[in-house]
Amino acid sequence: MAPGSPPGPAIAAMKLNERSLAFYATCDAPVDNAGFLYKKGGRHAAYHRRWFVLRGNMLFYFEDAASREPVGVIILEGCTVELVEAAEEFAFAVRFAGTRARTYVLAAESQAAMEGWVKALSRASFDYLRLVVRELEQQLAAVRGGGGMALPQPQSLPSVPAPVPALPLPLPRRPSALPPKENGCAVWSTEATFRPGPEPPPPPPRRRASAPHGPLDVAPFARLHECYGQEIRALRGQWLSSRVQP
Amino acid sequence: MSCALRPLASRPSVNGDGGREGAVQVPVPREAMRYNEKELQALSRQPAEMAAELGMRGPKKGSVLKRRLVKLVVNFLFYFRTDEAEPVGALLLERCRVIREEPGAFSISFIEDPERKYHFECSSEEQCQEWMEALRRASYEFMRRSLVFYRNEIRKVTGKDPLEQFGISEEARFQLSGLQA
Repeated sequence: MAPGSPPGPAIAAMKLNERSLAFYATCDAPVDNAGFLYKKGGRHAAYHRRWFVLRGNMLFYFEDAASREPVGVIILEGCTVELVEAAEEFAFAVRFAGTRARTYVLAAESQAAMEGWVKALSRASFDYLRLVVRELEQQLAAVRGGGGMALPQPQSLPSVPAPVPALPLPLPRRPSALPPKENGCAVWSTEATFRPGPEPPPPPPRRRASAPHGPLDVAPFARLHECYGQEIRALRGQWLSSRVQP
Repeated sequence: MSCALRPLASRPSVNGDGGREGAVQVPVPREAMRYNEKELQALSRQPAEMAAELGMRGPKKGSVLKRRLVKLVVNFLFYFRTDEAEPVGALLLERCRVIREEPGAFSISFIEDPERKYHFECSSEEQCQEWMEALRRASYEFMRRSLVFYRNEIRKVTGKDPLEQFGISEEARFQLSGLQA
């Protein structure tokens, strides 16, 4: 670079599928939280009243409740949420780790709204959801394998997002009512394969025939037959009752 | 300020013309949606569910296949030049469809524009299958459905709501009604 010339452009901004994000923000599905919040523009800037919509781990904000396009989005993964001392009442902050990370200071319009937002945002991460799902997977496997025993003691879930695990456990193969087709037909990832309704219930997830070294491992056939029979009766009962719905 | 392209049909009508249907793209002089790029970059450095070098081709006509390090972290797919630490880009995987293209290859597109495809070429059929499975399960919305499913199944077997122990049984995001999408 020649001396005296203006500094070259920084590395090109990262690409992001913003259009898809905007559609995700405004799609018809129920949102996880919505409402007006005041957002501080910058460290010494004024607050702007914006319409906020929380969906998954994305916090979108709009000019107002009728806007079709978000002004922006705060990707919440890895954040912590805390109350702050601020000139504004009902203020709280969304903080990220890192030396030059930005802190978003937001203010609600009431104590109840503030508490609702703090709770919703602190549980918004994908990571937190995944932890809960894994816990429930284990519980379900335990109650099925044990033939209806009491729930095992739950491990305490963190109330703030835990650090990302290095190697997540693989989720078991999920049951699908519609197996993916090989001729290029799509299987929508948002397809509600778990939706209750007038369809056959999904087959139970594939799993080991019995827990290794568990009580059924060396059980006589009659006992295995009874255990699986109970499960089949229960599934059939669910399916029948779900069919009764108009 | 950068311009963003939107199909006419999805925008409110301009000049009161009622909005025309069609795929004509018109530049809209408005600010691009803001997002916290630094945090997204930090996320790209987190341990990945899956990472591999794949061939990748963007959705624009005439895009060429490029080698990219592709990394799946939570509900984002990051892609890097193979020798760089910062990602070229990221795809949020909500409302996406993952379909097989030719053998060993798949594409990702999004519900609102199914013809706009990001193509990926794998080194084997096995790898292709692995990635397709992982990407289909990678959305927050899929994870949420899984939670509701397991919650209901446990409730049916035990009669108890497993989320009560964690104090989150009333969370709006975990209710069955949330599946109306």
